[in-house]
Amino acid sequence: MSGPALALHQFRYDQKVFWRNPAAVFFTVLLPVVFLFIFATIFGSDEIEELGGIETTTYYVPAIITLAVVSATAQSLAISLTVARESGILKRGRGTPLPSWVFIAGRVGNAVVLSVLGLVVVATIGRLVYDVDIPWDRLPAVLVTLTVGAASFCCIGIALTAIIPSEDAAPAITNAVLLPLYFLSGVFIPETEIPGGVLEFADLFPIRHFFEAFFAAWNPMTTGAGFEWDQLAVVAGWGLAALLVAVRTFRWTPRGS
Amino acid sequence: MAEAVISVSGLRKSYGDFEAVGGLDLEVGTGEIFAFLGPNGAGKTTTVEILEGYRRRSGGEVSVLGEDPQRAPRSWRERIGIVLQQCRMPPQLTVRETIEQYAGYFRESRPVEETIALVGLEPKAGDRVGRLSGGQQRRLDVAVALIGDPELLFLDEPTTGFDPTARRQAWKVISNLRELGKTIFLTTHYMEEAQYLADRAAIIVSGEVIAEGSPAELGRSTGADTEVRFRLPDGVTTAELPTGFAAAETDNGFVALRTGEPVRALNELTGWALERGVDLSSIEVGRPSLEDIYLELTGRGAEGSG
Repeated sequence: MSGPALALHQFRYDQKVFWRNPAAVFFTVLLPVVFLFIFATIFGSDEIEELGGIETTTYYVPAIITLAVVSATAQSLAISLTVARESGILKRGRGTPLPSWVFIAGRVGNAVVLSVLGLVVVATIGRLVYDVDIPWDRLPAVLVTLTVGAASFCCIGIALTAIIPSEDAAPAITNAVLLPLYFLSGVFIPETEIPGGVLEFADLFPIRHFFEAFFAAWNPMTTGAGFEWDQLAVVAGWGLAALLVAVRTFRWTPRGS
Repeated sequence: MAEAVISVSGLRKSYGDFEAVGGLDLEVGTGEIFAFLGPNGAGKTTTVEILEGYRRRSGGEVSVLGEDPQRAPRSWRERIGIVLQQCRMPPQLTVRETIEQYAGYFRESRPVEETIALVGLEPKAGDRVGRLSGGQQRRLDVAVALIGDPELLFLDEPTTGFDPTARRQAWKVISNLRELGKTIFLTTHYMEEAQYLADRAAIIVSGEVIAEGSPAELGRSTGADTEVRFRLPDGVTTAELPTGFAAAETDNGFVALRTGEPVRALNELTGWALERGVDLSSIEVGRPSLEDIYLELTGRGAEGSG
């Protein structure tokens, strides 16, 4: 098989493994939806005056899309690659004619499909349940944001495996990194409730920039095409840095051996 | 010996100041089952991983299927199969799906169903891997290593943790592979396993091969031919035993004599027993097992290096 055909072959099996793993499906696909319902229920249809009086749900739809994409990419890749490394599957794969990049490509393909799915599901529920308009006229900006974000957070997930010593530690470490950032970056709590200093701190990391890019597309106050190049540049910078770290530190053999 | 599949000379591997392998020589011929034995820390895994292309060596020459594993092209990987010491396949796929997945990695692969049958997993072919027993998962590992129809198969401790039934089944699978003409490089802790399966064996201690040959040749190399062994009957002291046995070693109430003249020794012993009316029902006559030889040689090796 050619490289792309092998990658497709690998991707098919990664998809099977994913959809038959209830925990992975719950955390990656269902949990963002649950979060959307919870936040929308708690904050109802309050309006956020500081943001020009938009409804809270209009804020939460792009926020939860951010969460869904980061979770499908950075978090699920960091966990699934650590499991593959520690169970010896990566090492075993290196012992076959399969080119190493194909293995990563299959997993990244999985992450990208789940990102698109997350975006579509959250946007659709937002539209049907909470009457939050899908920004069709800013679709190119949405797709560019998704592409840059998914690619960058995939690299971040792969780089994260370097600091994860074991399978058991994988969910704990990824959550320890991501959960505080969701809070500080205005994903869980509207940014209008967060002190300025905290937001400045959150701006050092990519999640808030990624969210701002999605928010610009969903925000009815936005004029123009909604491209947030400055925000995306920060996200891409993090992605590139993570890629360099990943190339240097990625291990194919279990930490134990 | 047939044409060499694996040829190693003067292999060295150091980690900092520690020399894990110091000048190792090995030859494995086509179609052989070669057992690589040695205590933990002897350099077994390091050597195997160098042969498999996972590790780089510090010195010496290595040729596996005519290639240097360190520089071998991807096509070389089409010709070898590896069963790692530890590998857990994703529990979510079925046995058949797992094998099909790996089949896709090779330009030419064996038929999937036939390979499942070869390792005796037909009744489990549609079951999820997560529902297999430890022994069945190990057989799946072997099937996955075989799917590319390799000429050379590395089996690293394939039966560790098995119950006796599962071990017998695994041995049967490995014997089947011999019929297919595969060359097998087997690493194991179980001397019984090497004795049952191996055409030739090498024992490695402190990074060096201290003995090599067929299990029978290894037996001769220790100089001990046949062992006569029985429980010392009640009320009898070793001094009363016939000549030869009186000076034999006793261990936990057993008298064990190693002799080059087993017929004469037995004749003396049984004659003595009949005369005295002594019951020797626990008597055993046997060749020293590979385990005895291993213990003797590795004990000696450890003393020599210490």
